[in-house]
Amino acid sequence: MRAGGTGTEVGKKRAVSFFLGLLSWAVALVFFFPIFWMVLNGFKEEIDANTDPKLVFDPTFDRFNEVTSQTQGLLGFREAFMNSVWAVSISTILVLVLAVPAAYALAIRPVAKWRDVLFFFISTKFLPVVAAILPLWIIARELDLLNTRLVLIILYTAMNLPLAVWMLRSFFSEVPKELIEAAQIDGAKLRGQITSVILPIVAPGLAATALLCVIFAWNEFFLAVQLNPVDGSTIPIWVTSNVSTRGNFLAKLSAASTLATLPVVLAGWLAQKRMIRGLSMGAIK
Amino acid sequence: MSQQTDRAEQVKRLQRREGWRRRLPLVPALVFTIVVTQVPFILSLWYSLTEWKIVPPEPRNFIGFSNYVDLLDNRFFREAVWTSIWMTVSAVLLSLLLGTLLAILLDRKFFGQGFVRTLLITPFLIMPVVAGLVWKTQVFNSSFGVLNWLLDSLGFERIEFVTRWPLWSIVSVLVWQWTPFMMLIVLAGLQGQDQSVLEAARVDGASSRAMFFQITLPQLRPYLELGILLGSIYLIQVFDYVDVITGGGPDSTNVPYFVFQRSIGGGWQFGQASAYSIVVVIASIVIATFGLRVLSNLLEGEKP
Repeated sequence: MRAGGTGTEVGKKRAVSFFLGLLSWAVALVFFFPIFWMVLNGFKEEIDANTDPKLVFDPTFDRFNEVTSQTQGLLGFREAFMNSVWAVSISTILVLVLAVPAAYALAIRPVAKWRDVLFFFISTKFLPVVAAILPLWIIARELDLLNTRLVLIILYTAMNLPLAVWMLRSFFSEVPKELIEAAQIDGAKLRGQITSVILPIVAPGLAATALLCVIFAWNEFFLAVQLNPVDGSTIPIWVTSNVSTRGNFLAKLSAASTLATLPVVLAGWLAQKRMIRGLSMGAIK
Repeated sequence: MSQQTDRAEQVKRLQRREGWRRRLPLVPALVFTIVVTQVPFILSLWYSLTEWKIVPPEPRNFIGFSNYVDLLDNRFFREAVWTSIWMTVSAVLLSLLLGTLLAILLDRKFFGQGFVRTLLITPFLIMPVVAGLVWKTQVFNSSFGVLNWLLDSLGFERIEFVTRWPLWSIVSVLVWQWTPFMMLIVLAGLQGQDQSVLEAARVDGASSRAMFFQITLPQLRPYLELGILLGSIYLIQVFDYVDVITGGGPDSTNVPYFVFQRSIGGGWQFGQASAYSIVVVIASIVIATFGLRVLSNLLEGEKP
């Protein structure tokens, strides 16, 4: 269709555009519905949740109080939450401590075979965790690490490190070489170059990388359930402990699920744009 | 003469030292990754050649490739392999297709565009365990699930989706979570398009359909490949969804879940289970060989 068509053509184009916009809204609402429904059910009495879908009801915070104060089975919310916070935060810090120098050596002053090294890091992500879990379980048992926070900290660091190296390398490679050279000519020492030139440019990328590590570690279930099924369990395991075989649990499960997903969803919403790049592993600018 | 060789020697030494100075920052990350990811894998290979029951503890016997020979006969393993293939392929392709369509829808200006995108990416942020449980108990459930309520209102019979179609129930949840991811990748591709080419084609009077198939789609190819690669690598390892939606069973036990059932989940046959897990590795290597080429194409032309 040529630009500047007749009046009816423009009208038709507008109608199509309006319809497509409407369609986008409709699809988005359908996609979001299960989440909306989960949050809504968290505010219901069990009797209102375990029936035909109800939109009108007396909202209550009771389910949230129940799931956070009562312990279902072996695991309380507070312990699980603290375990998650420890495993997630320490592993993310470790990832950055290891990945930042590595990314520097791959992007700013690259080693000879930087492509091969990068490929090695990323290829470890292609190795399925399931192929490592049995030896990890044996080693953890020998070292008395089963059911400890430490084992998850180590494994979450290993799980996120390749991704972080990959992402940070691409953020680091965006630092203009001229800027670094200019700083060198001005006689800035390595530390000065890093703090005054490199850091300000990569800071947003650093934040996005950290955020992604947090999201993956927070949501991780496989390693946690294999290695820490009892003590040191994290939030995902706590969520599953709210499923009971007796009695109604839908509202309670919804409240627990809402609490468990809230931090990551909020963080993801705030960092959407940067995350898009992060998720495509920095390969896409 | 001797002065010259001295000089050459010195330059070489300096270069070597410079090389090591460059490599040094890489060492901690490299060592950590090798120790934590490669060592267990090599141990897995070794376990897979043994007969080893952990509970009750029995001595480990080296039996060569017997575990691998046995797994070819094992009907349950074969079923798990098929389930894995179906689950991965259908979830990747369906989410890629839906994600591409959504990306095209979103790649235009309309009222509330940013808000719509936010709504659409949210499923990807949901904890997999929660996604599985919410769908199972509140969408699929035959008495209280929204989907069944809808069927009922439209005059159809209620269906216990999870028991009737365990595989497709899991795939639905996977597609729900991975469509946003594919959409984001394709969207990045659409927005990175060379606008001048599109403009030129428009001036030449190309139809929007021709423009999409002849200009946009070829440009999108690396992005689509990246989506397939990342999706397959993650989805072949799916465990959480199987665990919370069906807890295993015919048509839903994939290879990772099968490994779990045969070992830590109660079988305690570490030798045999390791052999199963190595099969997942082989499959991943096949995907990765293709995948690394994709990544290397993306890196091409980017010189530090």
